[in-house]
Amino acid sequence: MPLPRIPVRPEDIVPIRINRAPSPWVAEGLPWITVMFASMAAFSPVVASAPVTPPLAFMLFLAWRMLRPSLFPVWAGLPLGAFDDLFSGQPFGSGIVLWSAAMLAMDVFDNRFLWRSFPQDWLTASVLLIGYLGLGALFAGIATGAPLPLVIGPQILVTIMFYPLMTQLVALLDRIRLLPLRKL
Amino acid sequence: MARSVGRRPGFSRRAQYGIFTGYVIAVAGVVLGAILLIVSLVNPGAFSGLRSAAGEIARPAGEAGAEARAAGQSLFGAIGAYLGAGRQNAALSREVAAARANAMTMRALEGENRRLKALLGIVDPVSRPVTAARLIGSTSASTRRFAVLSAGSVQGVRAGQPVRSAAGLIGRVIEAGANTARVLLVTDPENVVPVRRARDGLPAFIEGKSDGRIAIRLINMGVNPLKGGDVFVTSGSGGLYPPGIPVAVVTEVLTDGGIGHLASDPSDADFVIVLPVFQAAAVAALNASQQAAGPAPEAPAPESSTAGGAN
Repeated sequence: MPLPRIPVRPEDIVPIRINRAPSPWVAEGLPWITVMFASMAAFSPVVASAPVTPPLAFMLFLAWRMLRPSLFPVWAGLPLGAFDDLFSGQPFGSGIVLWSAAMLAMDVFDNRFLWRSFPQDWLTASVLLIGYLGLGALFAGIATGAPLPLVIGPQILVTIMFYPLMTQLVALLDRIRLLPLRKL
Repeated sequence: MARSVGRRPGFSRRAQYGIFTGYVIAVAGVVLGAILLIVSLVNPGAFSGLRSAAGEIARPAGEAGAEARAAGQSLFGAIGAYLGAGRQNAALSREVAAARANAMTMRALEGENRRLKALLGIVDPVSRPVTAARLIGSTSASTRRFAVLSAGSVQGVRAGQPVRSAAGLIGRVIEAGANTARVLLVTDPENVVPVRRARDGLPAFIEGKSDGRIAIRLINMGVNPLKGGDVFVTSGSGGLYPPGIPVAVVTEVLTDGGIGHLASDPSDADFVIVLPVFQAAAVAALNASQQAAGPAPEAPAPESSTAGGAN
């Protein structure tokens, strides 16, 4: 699928590269900030009456973890999941469990498969996203006293189809992250 | 792509301990999350303070988003109106003529209704809206259906108050922060609204299905009298919602009820109105008696029910 190319490359913003290095604040903090902003996507112009939006924050989290496995420490699911719980509407704690478990699962995947490719990453992410949405719906179903609502089918499809776009976005953000902003 | 080697620290004892601690915290995160999840499932209001604080922080972004939504809708509305103006004009002229006649009849009926109520001595409480506000966010990725309102306890919003738009019922407030409040939408499975059919007062309940539609359950079992296009309005029983607010339109008739669409889609609502609890005293008394009596008793065992039948 040919995606539209962005005319300005992030590298063109900072033309001088000699005697410069990436700012440690941006290089370390940008992944955390972007995931937290995606958690706050609940405050977007869309007021939905059905669960239709993909879980953007969790997808961004996974995409960062796949592109740069050492950026997030293995415990990153605890604070980021807690932050997501404040906005997602899920019962508090569901994000902490699922995000932490996803980090541990990614670690297992990393140790098990020595070589990785994009289709394999997509498959891994699909498995994790289906688990995340299914268990999230289960927790929400327990909270309402209703059985597992079978309304997440379309959401799962949209989420899986949307994931490659998320990896593109993270690749762009990663180039911004490493811009040489700091003078040596 | 080969896997990263970042997690293999070599012989550095300090780096090894750091990685080990990371795993300990990660596993502790799963355990802690599970405990918090159980706490919040048992007591849904447990972390409402945290959520309200988070809502306060995100409020400006939500307000901007709500304005963008309204602007976008009016833009598309204007384009649509321009394209269909001539046809719409003719149709509207016909409709106005019919509506004018209806309005005359309605006014007469209204007067008659007032006289009859005065005769019977029924006094409906006058309800003045608490405040008008915008919906500034919603949980669009979760199967729970909450929206966030741009007004809170400072503006007089309290938990339990119904929220409506011009077109119909939106939901009720469940948590009120200082300047934001969380609204349980009608489409959430936890929200049960007592309603009646607008045409003849047939009583029913409406339950959210969390996919944007709602289930209509009849109170009287038997032959299903529902038809597509039936309009349901709040009945006022339960004391929470004032009677007469449109809630749903039946779109699909099932054997034991029906599936309906909302009368008022929250995404179309520009401003919403927070109403006071319809009969606050009755609701408070009901809650107090429920708390005093404890949870409802479990279903009686078969032998005790047969004994009850013999008596």
